[in-house]
Amino acid sequence: MSEDYEMMCGIEIHQQLDTKKLFCSCDSVLHEEGTGAIYRRQRPTTSEMGEIDRAALMQFQKHLGYRYQCCQGSSCLVELDEEPPHECNPDAMDIALTFSEMLGANIIDEIHYMRKIVVDGSDTSGFQRTALIATDGSVDVGDRKISILSVCLEEDASRKVEANTSEVLWRTDRLGIPLIEVATGPDMRTPEEVMEVAFRLGTLLRATRRVKRGLGTIRQDLNISIPGGARIELKGVGDLKLIPDYVRNEVARQKMLIRVRDILAQRGTKPVAFEPVDVTDIFRTCESKVIKGALDDRGKVIAVRLPGFAGVMNGDNKTLRLGSEMAGYARTKGVKGIFHSDELPNYGIEQKYVDDLRNFLGMTGEFDAFVICAAKEKRATEALEVAVARANQGLVGVPEETRDPLPDGTTKYSRPLPGAARMYPETDVPPITITDDRMGRIRANMPEFPEQIQERLQKDYGVNAQQARQLVRESYDESFERIATKYPDLAPVAATVFLNIYSEMQHDGIDTTALTDDALMEAFSMLKQNRFAKEALPKLLREMANGTGAEQAIKKLGLEAVDSDEARKIIEGIVNERADFVREKGMAAIGGLMGPVMGALRGKIDGKQANELLTEAIKKLLG
Amino acid sequence: MYSESLSKRLEDLGAVEGSRLSVTKDGRNSVGTLMPHHEFSAPDVLIIKVKSGYNVGIRVTPETTIEVLEKPVERVRKETPVEFQKGLPKLVLIGTGGTIASYVDYRTGAVHPALSTSDMVNAVPEIREIANVDATVLFSIFSENMDVDHWQRLAEEVAKQINDGADGIIIPHGTDTMGYTAAALSFMLGDVPKPVVLVGAQRSSDRPSSDASSNLMACARFCVKGKKSGVYVIMHDTSGDDSFAVHIGSRVRKMHTSRRDAFHSINVLPVAHLDKDGKIEMHIEGHEVTSEKAVARTAMEKSCILLQYYPGMDPALFEDIIMRSKGVVIAGSGLGHVNSNMVPLLKKACDKGIVVVITSQCLNGRTNLNVYNTGRDMLSAGVITVWDMLPETAYVKLMWALANTSSVEEVKELMRTPLAGEMSDRRTIDV
Repeated sequence: MSEDYEMMCGIEIHQQLDTKKLFCSCDSVLHEEGTGAIYRRQRPTTSEMGEIDRAALMQFQKHLGYRYQCCQGSSCLVELDEEPPHECNPDAMDIALTFSEMLGANIIDEIHYMRKIVVDGSDTSGFQRTALIATDGSVDVGDRKISILSVCLEEDASRKVEANTSEVLWRTDRLGIPLIEVATGPDMRTPEEVMEVAFRLGTLLRATRRVKRGLGTIRQDLNISIPGGARIELKGVGDLKLIPDYVRNEVARQKMLIRVRDILAQRGTKPVAFEPVDVTDIFRTCESKVIKGALDDRGKVIAVRLPGFAGVMNGDNKTLRLGSEMAGYARTKGVKGIFHSDELPNYGIEQKYVDDLRNFLGMTGEFDAFVICAAKEKRATEALEVAVARANQGLVGVPEETRDPLPDGTTKYSRPLPGAARMYPETDVPPITITDDRMGRIRANMPEFPEQIQERLQKDYGVNAQQARQLVRESYDESFERIATKYPDLAPVAATVFLNIYSEMQHDGIDTTALTDDALMEAFSMLKQNRFAKEALPKLLREMANGTGAEQAIKKLGLEAVDSDEARKIIEGIVNERADFVREKGMAAIGGLMGPVMGALRGKIDGKQANELLTEAIKKLLG
Repeated sequence: MYSESLSKRLEDLGAVEGSRLSVTKDGRNSVGTLMPHHEFSAPDVLIIKVKSGYNVGIRVTPETTIEVLEKPVERVRKETPVEFQKGLPKLVLIGTGGTIASYVDYRTGAVHPALSTSDMVNAVPEIREIANVDATVLFSIFSENMDVDHWQRLAEEVAKQINDGADGIIIPHGTDTMGYTAAALSFMLGDVPKPVVLVGAQRSSDRPSSDASSNLMACARFCVKGKKSGVYVIMHDTSGDDSFAVHIGSRVRKMHTSRRDAFHSINVLPVAHLDKDGKIEMHIEGHEVTSEKAVARTAMEKSCILLQYYPGMDPALFEDIIMRSKGVVIAGSGLGHVNSNMVPLLKKACDKGIVVVITSQCLNGRTNLNVYNTGRDMLSAGVITVWDMLPETAYVKLMWALANTSSVEEVKELMRTPLAGEMSDRRTIDV
């Protein structure tokens, strides 16, 4: 690529559709509990060359088993792999076709379902059913056209409930929920652009009005690389606003690794042979919690020499951090972590132990380093083996990886990037010819584009352009419209709820998705009846986010609105108590009295009404 | 099928399955490998596997250009020779076809029958830890196409393999008619000295979740550790991969169209259960293996019919068929009844020397024609009942009895004598 760029990124989005399941008539609904625990194993299948993958077979022979739970209404024999799939859900297909049209993509003439081999047990069959629906679309973001490589319609997988070393328990309620998978080209060039494209695709998906909303119903994967770096897949980004952080941090991480590579090359560091040494005796008296804990648990301290790696594991003011990469790999083997020479003495390991170890290992070279791990011998050795392998990769540059996002905008190592998916035809599902009639019907019933929705919100409900844009972008437009259609005079209040109150609640860590559309409608219905004052909304919604109904929340919080007669009495009482003050100040007393009045009536009448009643009461007193 | 014009275009281009094609339509170009045409694909649609691994169907118009980029790559399937270990028992797999013994060509998606010894044994490599396994492919057919001739050839092959030193026979079989084949082998092989186990799969072997390998492994374990002679069917006992049931070959029936635990023993407990680690729990004593020779008596009278009685059954419609047969099995209602208007026809048949055997479409429980008037009339007409024998088993047994005896009375006697555990006069509350 001749283009001059700092980074490149592509997005893959998985969005659940709001229909029945893709290949059976089960409801696409998740459940709090599952029943049963059907035991299954999944065996590596022979390849097209008649060979069995030895590594996969070894995994199988370790006797890892799976158990599957069912949920009433959401699991049938199809989910349990006990009945062939039914025909592809035409509703879900229509949505995928509609979305493909929105992207101007080229729809496949005849759609063929495939079986994509999945090895973790999340699909009861051992494969995911997926079909390519359309290719070569695009989406405009800012002044750039981002290419869409593919739109697929596929099945969601089971949810992991729990796992131990011999079994994984899965719940099949999510299995088979239709998912649109949309993948962009690697066209994004700035962290902010990545976020904008994610928002844009999300609003387009929701504009179909047929997708699920709420936590876990949409999942974003990012593919990030820099020149000289490698493709990193960041799987399952939840909060879109964190995308720029993830991308920036990943770019910085890859740049750091390239620096490490260059430093090691300059030094002439050679790949390290993995030669673990038992150094438990050196650490017998060590007070470090980790080491003491491991030794008490009949573990060992194992060390490996890393000639040439000093200073890049944690050096140059903590900007070189190969050590944390090594620790990420080590942790996948079930250890809490590793210690390397760049970070010691620390963590309760005193200089004396470091010196003893250096002497024991015969470390004399300028850049000689070591890494140790304290755990059961087998586990510690396995952890060090992958850590040392990772250190050696540092000589080459950035390894391709799948990484998991963390809530602070950083990521952690998950596993190596999987190879090309193995796919073969799903012979149980007949091919689907996309007829001109069907496409004619779909084109005649295209949903509004986000811009059209924004315009309509402005025109019909009087919100301003910025509010309308934000309501659509953050996916509140549907809920907003439901309320605003029923209670047009409360439309501005509804906009405030979604754009201000919600963001404050989210800032305080409250899950606003817990407030369903029905719950909100109930709250607005009460507001309409003046059962409470709109000033009380933040308090009320916070309570309702805990699952309390509107009616009950009003009672619980004592927000019951008072009628104007009662309010008048209370206000006249306040005015009369301070009659001298009122007489002295005249009408100017309003300023001083609003405080006590609102103190007594906050949330029970609105401020405007309080002001009016107070004015009347003062006038009355002054005669 | 491709349309004639598309078929001709492909032929002229020399494009065959596996060829790499470049297809350009409406200015868009797709490159991929030509896949087999699906039965339900439109006749003018080409299916190609594109780089991402997906198959896509492209409707070919006269303006569409097709170019062959590369010829298909010949793939050679590797044969790993199976080594025999001293001291392990010898099991012989006799392939008949069906889901269990087929493999998928992942490149094209086409299902092929497993053709070689190593194909079948390699699917379950751990089987070699408990036995030396030899395999032979007798037929490669779906079980709905299994016929009486196939049963006969299969029984002969089983006897031959046992007499050649097999300690156990495993017969991978399609599940649809596996119960019939098991019954046929039960009668043809009589006191077979070794275990003969039929096994199937409800999920094909290309899937990681297939039940084929765990069922096969359960068979091998039962043959090696159970040491019981006789004809059996082994399949999943539950939906999970952790329990397997061993059924008497003449007592088993497919009771579900698709579940792994479709096969049930009817009117008896399964012979045994195996857990996921291979532990065997026997429920029925059974016969120990011996070193006798196996004998296959395979003669069958094919002029037999199996009818299910239903309300509205018109004797006139069936008269011709019944009267042309040598033997009739009827799955009657309840205790074994048919409408009394059928009785004169049954009498006419019995009078002619046609053997009429009554079973019950309830499947569970024993027939008894002494309880109601119609039943007594049926008995007076000359029909016989066979206790709790399954209708399908009775049909197979009747074919065999008619071919291996010389008089109607002898046939009736044989039909009412348990030969292979197929019937019993005692049923307990736990089955």
